[in-house]
Amino acid sequence: MDLTLNVWRQERADAPGKIVSYDVPGVDEEMSFLEMIDVLNERLIEKGEEPIAFEHDCREGICGSCSMVINGVPHGPQPETTTCQLYMRHFKDGDTIFVEPFRAKAFPVLRDLIVDRSAFDRIQQAGGYISINTGNAPDANATPVNKEASEAAIDAAQCIGCGACVASCKNASAMLFVAAKVSHLSLLPQGQPERYQRVLNMVSTMDDEGFGACTNQSECEAVCPKGISVSYISRMNRDYLRASVSTPV
Amino acid sequence: MSPLVESVVRFLRSTVGTKVLMALTGLALVGFLVAHLAGNLQMLAPGGKAPELMNAYAAQLKGLGPLLWIARIGLLGTFALHVALAIRLTALNKAARPVPYAYESTVQASWGSRTMILTGSVVILFVLFHLAHFTLGFTHPEHYALHDAQGRHDVYNMVVAGFQVPAVAVGYGLAMFVVGLHLSHGLGSLVRSLGLSNPRLRLLTQRLGVAVAILLAVGFALIPSAVQSGWIQPSTSVEGSNK
Ligand code: HEM
Ligand code: FES
Repeated sequence: MDLTLNVWRQERADAPGKIVSYDVPGVDEEMSFLEMIDVLNERLIEKGEEPIAFEHDCREGICGSCSMVINGVPHGPQPETTTCQLYMRHFKDGDTIFVEPFRAKAFPVLRDLIVDRSAFDRIQQAGGYISINTGNAPDANATPVNKEASEAAIDAAQCIGCGACVASCKNASAMLFVAAKVSHLSLLPQGQPERYQRVLNMVSTMDDEGFGACTNQSECEAVCPKGISVSYISRMNRDYLRASVSTPV
Repeated sequence: MSPLVESVVRFLRSTVGTKVLMALTGLALVGFLVAHLAGNLQMLAPGGKAPELMNAYAAQLKGLGPLLWIARIGLLGTFALHVALAIRLTALNKAARPVPYAYESTVQASWGSRTMILTGSVVILFVLFHLAHFTLGFTHPEHYALHDAQGRHDVYNMVVAGFQVPAVAVGYGLAMFVVGLHLSHGLGSLVRSLGLSNPRLRLLTQRLGVAVAILLAVGFALIPSAVQSGWIQPSTSVEGSNK
């Protein structure tokens, strides 16, 4: 199939960028979206032009690197699918496709489609850990874990930190990411010692990084490649309220 | 700073805390709307009882004296806080995405959710008019001056005369649609902001929110509609009007 790609091109973080249009003939529908860009990039290199810079690593939907917004939707039109797992058969011959970087003040564009997502790392460092004793591995099953809680914790732990929630949110809010990270630890017995300090610190780091607030529009949930539920945000708010009133005594 | 002050300040500065306050003030305003609607629906009382009910109710409220003023100041304060927080959050949210997408798209955000600041602003304009109209009597002094046979403020006939003006009735109807739109998102949203939602309750509270929003809007709009359609007539039982 023949496509037209309108891609955001920006040389450096502090350079102005613009949408550049490319004709991409002969796209195979078995290609992934990234492979389609690989093909376009080969052609650009042959013509002596700069290839489009984009992030990718695993190409199997688990690392969360492949950040881009396709026709206004992070990771494109397929639900619960990362860009690397998105196949060209979901597009039609003659389509014009817009490809833009994630847009958020907290995710500055470094080049073309690559943004700096280290704000997520700093949020993780603020509370995404538990205290355990080193030494011998503890006995398996020594700590009973409620079945419902373990399921909910595993669902939250599916978050790959790709940032699509921020990119899709009308307010560039990181609440879904933070809620998933807060919840997956605070649902488990191992996460209890830091439970309240964790939510306070992670929310405060999130705010300092310049993400927006949640307006409960659920755009994040709709684009999350792991289908993380917005109910985790309500859960985080509950924990935050408790943390704000709780004292050790 | 004492630990208490510290945690209050941290809470108020945070996005999560601000949203909780937004939800609490919104909920308080909804509580007022429910009480206000219950009062208004006396306009529709059958058997010619409406004028007496309405005027007695209004006189009773006015008779509360200092309590009425406490309620008014509380309501105004809640409203002002809701608006101030709305402005703060909207500004913060705008600043979080300085460069917009060339290709904008929305997957599932509702119309109501995307127009909160707009519908809220219309509510401010409406409230200003509404106060000037019925509470202060600036816009139609001749309606405001009506008194019933017992010398009470003739609220019943003031409302009927007010809504007999077609433009006023239509304006109120539109304003109620806007309030309904605000609440179609706001009610479900506040449950989530307050941390009371979970996967089992989510759809239920969302739908209940929309249903209550529709009920409130339709309930309020019923009165101008009833006047325009002639279901509610000016009351002649109150002699000596305009004294
Ligand atoms: C009758 C008066 C009003 C009622 C009953 C009301 C109710 C509500 C409710 C229940 C919410 C949801 C809170 C949440 O998401 O947790 C809300 C949100 C909101 N309200 Fe109002 N509101 C009223 C007037 C106003 C006014 C005058 C404004 C002025 C601009 C306004 C602006 C907003 C905005 C922007 C939000 C969304 C805030 C956010 O999610 O960031 N509202 N309102
Ligand atoms: S490249 Fe790893 S998730 Fe797409």
